[in-house]
Amino acid sequence: MIKKKSIDKTAARVDFIQSATGVILAFFIMAHLLFEASILISKEAMYQVTIMFEGYYFFGEKYPGIISFLAAAIGVIFILHTVTALRRFPASYREYKIIKKHTQRMQHEDSSLWMIQVITGFAMFFVGFVHIYIMMTQPSNIGPYASSSRVVDEFMGPLYLVLLVSVVLHAFVGLYRVTIKWGFFEGKNTKTSRKRFKLLMKSAIAFYLLIGLASLGKYTYIGLTHDFSDGIKYKSTQESH
Amino acid sequence: MSEPRTLTINILRFDPHDKNDVPHIESFKVKEADGMTLYVVLNEIREHHDNSLKFDFVCRAGICGSCSMLIDGRPGLACRTLTKKLGSTITLAPLPLFELIGDLSVYTGKWMRGLNERLETWIHDKESSFNVDALEERMEPEVADAIYELDRCIECGCCVAGCGTIQMRENFVGAVGLNKIARYHLDPRDKRSDEEYYEIIGNEEGVFGCMTLLGCEDVCPKELPLQSKIAYLRRMMLKTAL
Repeated sequence: MIKKKSIDKTAARVDFIQSATGVILAFFIMAHLLFEASILISKEAMYQVTIMFEGYYFFGEKYPGIISFLAAAIGVIFILHTVTALRRFPASYREYKIIKKHTQRMQHEDSSLWMIQVITGFAMFFVGFVHIYIMMTQPSNIGPYASSSRVVDEFMGPLYLVLLVSVVLHAFVGLYRVTIKWGFFEGKNTKTSRKRFKLLMKSAIAFYLLIGLASLGKYTYIGLTHDFSDGIKYKSTQESH
Repeated sequence: MSEPRTLTINILRFDPHDKNDVPHIESFKVKEADGMTLYVVLNEIREHHDNSLKFDFVCRAGICGSCSMLIDGRPGLACRTLTKKLGSTITLAPLPLFELIGDLSVYTGKWMRGLNERLETWIHDKESSFNVDALEERMEPEVADAIYELDRCIECGCCVAGCGTIQMRENFVGAVGLNKIARYHLDPRDKRSDEEYYEIIGNEEGVFGCMTLLGCEDVCPKELPLQSKIAYLRRMMLKTAL
């Protein structure tokens, strides 16, 4: 009897991992940008959010190591997503030229959206990982003044700007594409559901770009105007030290 | 009534069998008529301007899938495209990827045959135990309808030409191939197991190679539910691999 050879499950698993890690990262970014925008309320609000993530409200003590751990976890998911998504990239200049020409000729929105994914994904290989690495290694330097100092004095502002635009586009275009790709919530009429998802995608991009840019503006403003001679640590108005 | 428009038809022409020929654009002026389709325009050009123009047609009604071409960069059927929906300058080119016969005529049939042989798009049954004298098993009307819906594919090649993935990676099966697999998977007479289907399309050249650019879905002249069927196959193949 011939033994039936088992199927190679790699392709299915890799495709699933790419989508799953992408969805996790997109939801992470949605929360991340909202928490970060707490600076728009006040410095104190942003400080409270920071120490919440350092476990202050759970353990009564601040542990920046938690941030390191979270950053490392995101880093691992980020790498998994990169590795699995890389197989989609144009593998040569020839392939890149073909897909670019095709996209220009077709004038087709969803094909163009994919080009956005390629370009923003490529940008994030570099800027994304720099950001994650700094969060892993300097977890205690997060706060209304510390973050502002990083944006202005450590010249992270331009990098954050590129990262913000890339990550917002990539996350929401990605979420839209993943729902279509696996047919989640497609309903009876895929034309209608697709139109709705696309509207949702565009609204989310606009909203998150707006609050992201506003937050980055605020950090830059604090960085430029605050007197750092006292150090970069923020002194809470509600804590006694 | 306003004057009828004069259409400028730019056609990418090339005869691969003529060693001295190079791909070039040729322009023709055609007066627009009521309800004019590109198919009518092309016949007018061949009749009054240049009888050497090569293009394919059989049915004139969107059933045979022969007259597919790039219309202003997008794949479509010439017989189903009304000129009034286009600007006064229209650019026509042959579908990419397929073997060029000349001008707008491409050999989609050869490509499709290769695809059908590769995916074995026919009913698979146990031939040794198959009883030709027995009555054919009955099929629920809903199942028959669902199969027929996907069977409407005319193999025109528009989805292939509209697919960015297949332009980059020529071994990708494309929407036409995946749609056929979805059709046979629905068919209770086809006895292939999910594992056997996985062997055919559970790879980067099959359903997991699709990048969901949705070019196929948006250009299919028969409006087949390609987006939804490819998503279905992806879920099914993942389940098989779990």
